[in-house]
Amino acid sequence: MQVIIYNREKEEGEILNHLSNITNNPSVSERKISKDEFLKGVHQGIPITLGYIPVSFTFGLMAVDGGIPIWMTILISLTNLTSAGQFVGVSLIIADTSLFEITLATFVINIRYMLMSLSLSQKISPKIAPLKRCMMAFGITDEIFTVASLEEQEVTFSYMMGLTICPYFGWALGTILGAMVTSVLPQALQSSMGIALYGMFIALIVPVAKRSKAALVVVIISVLISSSFKFLPCINVISDGWSIIITTIIAATIGAFIFPKEGD
Amino acid sequence: MSKKLMAVFLMAVVTYAIRVLPLMFCRNKIKSKFFKSFLDYIPFAVLGAMIFPSILFSTSNIYFSMIGMIVALILAYYEKGLLTVAVSAVLVVYCCELIF
Repeated sequence: MQVIIYNREKEEGEILNHLSNITNNPSVSERKISKDEFLKGVHQGIPITLGYIPVSFTFGLMAVDGGIPIWMTILISLTNLTSAGQFVGVSLIIADTSLFEITLATFVINIRYMLMSLSLSQKISPKIAPLKRCMMAFGITDEIFTVASLEEQEVTFSYMMGLTICPYFGWALGTILGAMVTSVLPQALQSSMGIALYGMFIALIVPVAKRSKAALVVVIISVLISSSFKFLPCINVISDGWSIIITTIIAATIGAFIFPKEGD
Repeated sequence: MSKKLMAVFLMAVVTYAIRVLPLMFCRNKIKSKFFKSFLDYIPFAVLGAMIFPSILFSTSNIYFSMIGMIVALILAYYEKGLLTVAVSAVLVVYCCELIF
């Protein structure tokens, strides 16, 4: 009898030890943090997703209208995840241009992601493994990058995955809907949806520009330069892709000259 | 592989390579204060360049787009959410299309 009680106490002790091991176990608390980070990302990704659906819907409509098979249109959205690049790439495919031109155009239009990726590399821990970096890189779009880069803290793997997942599937879903439903929406609504993504950009940028003079000045410079590329007669031959690249480099350089950031 | 499929493949490879290379190979924290500030200002520079003047040509009518833009700016100034701002801009443009 005593032996049994002794054994039970011993067992209970072991169980308690085991339990306290679980709660103190760093991997468990880390997992909890990752989950919170992931959910935070998902939460912040929802507005991006809703902004993407009308855009990818338009993309689906346009591609299928131009003669790209439905399955290929969806494949493009699943593998590319980029608005301007896909629109231009598909219009070149439809126009039957050479593979070299399509590749070069994609490169020029998307080269801004290189700057974003470089910028993001400064906001993540140097310890993040290569495979995780590969997965994080896939989600670098203008909107996802902007939301991630406006984060105060270090950008973690879980946060980035959470932030990417909904926009990724939203992008695909919008494409599928657009590819299937060729013209159910009234024309007026279809055309007014074009402004949705820009409205989202404005909502991203204005609250920050309101508080930071540096951000406001960079935005104004950037708007002035990109407008010159569009409206000044001698330089308006430049493509939209190049215009964004050149404008970004000039405006960010001027910003860094006038307002170099202090601290770390 | 058809030419179309080849083009899709090349687009995907190029786009991904651009995204992954800096993130993979730039592991050291950049020391230069100037370059760090430059990278910090990139999102604002990109967004500014992407919004204007493209927003004017995003709907069927440049004046409708302008009205939509002003509504978006006002709502964003009062810090309404992303979706509220985007949907309001769409609805304003849609109303313009219906009225005029």
